[in-house]
Amino acid sequence: MFELKSLIDITDLTPEEIDELIATAEDIIENPDKYREKCKYKKLATLFFEPSTRTRLSFEAAMLELGGSVIGFSESNSSSASKGESVSDTVKVVSCYADIIAMRHPKEGAPMIASMRSDVPVINAGDGGHNHPTQTLADLLTIKREKGHFDNLTIGFCGDLKFGRTVHSLINAMVRYKNVKFVFISPQELKIPDYIKTEVLDANSIQYCETSSLEHYMSELDILYMTRVQRERFFNEADYVRLKDSYVLTNEKLQSAKEDMCVLHPLPRVNEISVDVDDNPRACYFKQVKNGKYIREALILKMLGIE
Amino acid sequence: MNIDAIRNGIVIDHIKAGRAMDIYKFLRLDELDCSIAIIKNASSEKMGKKDIIKIDTVLDMDLDALGYIDPNISVNIIKDGKLIEKRHVELPATLKNVIKCENPRCITSCEQEIPHIFKLTNREKGVYRCIYCESAPKQKSE
Repeated sequence: MFELKSLIDITDLTPEEIDELIATAEDIIENPDKYREKCKYKKLATLFFEPSTRTRLSFEAAMLELGGSVIGFSESNSSSASKGESVSDTVKVVSCYADIIAMRHPKEGAPMIASMRSDVPVINAGDGGHNHPTQTLADLLTIKREKGHFDNLTIGFCGDLKFGRTVHSLINAMVRYKNVKFVFISPQELKIPDYIKTEVLDANSIQYCETSSLEHYMSELDILYMTRVQRERFFNEADYVRLKDSYVLTNEKLQSAKEDMCVLHPLPRVNEISVDVDDNPRACYFKQVKNGKYIREALILKMLGIE
Repeated sequence: MNIDAIRNGIVIDHIKAGRAMDIYKFLRLDELDCSIAIIKNASSEKMGKKDIIKIDTVLDMDLDALGYIDPNISVNIIKDGKLIEKRHVELPATLKNVIKCENPRCITSCEQEIPHIFKLTNREKGVYRCIYCESAPKQKSE
């Protein structure tokens, strides 16, 4: 039984609930026609207080493929937030119109406030540098489909590990599986935060190492999760410019990688993965985008209580 | 030094020497009109020196939150001149509007009416985290 009013953090879901979502997503992939009218007459509100292309379109495509409708806004300037309305009030009003809400906000914790005030389920579609649970679900579905399991994997995270919310969420999800190891590849300034090391990794007795070299542990990785250095997370433009080109993945650097290693990226990329890598069989980041839509379909169904 | 014994009220004892005023401010004792005694640097067998606050009235306040400021203090409840309850405060599981989240990226930084709520995430190390953004407040000054 799936008992979840809102999804704010990936750890709101148990591993069993994640398995259930993945099973539904895989059934949607195999039997799309079965799901075409499952959400008929249901409305998804996409409240995007911060610009986003793929996450918003992914949610909207997911709802449309389930036969539902979509309402909402794609930037705060076109919402009453520009008039000074609080998140609480916006959500209270929208929950009178919609059956489920997907919300992105630049401030950390905004979707949690929304979930406390809303009468309908709220899905966190990204809150600042904090959480992005549906991206993590897309990552997990991709890992499951590519590797077949979550145990015994060595996962490399590369790039902005300090502000990268997708990195933090995926770590939180993966520490619950057996014999998972992490390699953290980043410049000094963008290292994984200490509280994640102590409260997540050490608390779960997870093996990990930190390095500034992208090539050093390449041959040991089952998954390489690349991230973009995000301009919007920096208060200081000079720091962004200095760090943005820290790591660029090329086919040459992938030569020592395992044949079946998967390269993942939450996208959008700037230049951290060379376009040559797109044709490399290890590149899975566009599959990840597609999987994101399927897992969001599964999530919408489950949160609306539709079988 | 003699301070009269209180008949009905609260004695906050075993305060780390020098921190009585922090607790005075935290409990907003300046807003009360009853007698309040602040004893600084009283000698203590256990602590060497300690501070004590005696409040000559029965207060209805969240004394557990004191555990955040100093988990070693004890609270004695006095009724009709007798000690009726001795409480050792612990780190409270939740702090509501006791401390403010200082993360400029947190939703509480721009929406004023939201209560600042922190949860105890590591009792051993006394770590609290904002329930919205999960950031920890800066360490209290010793």
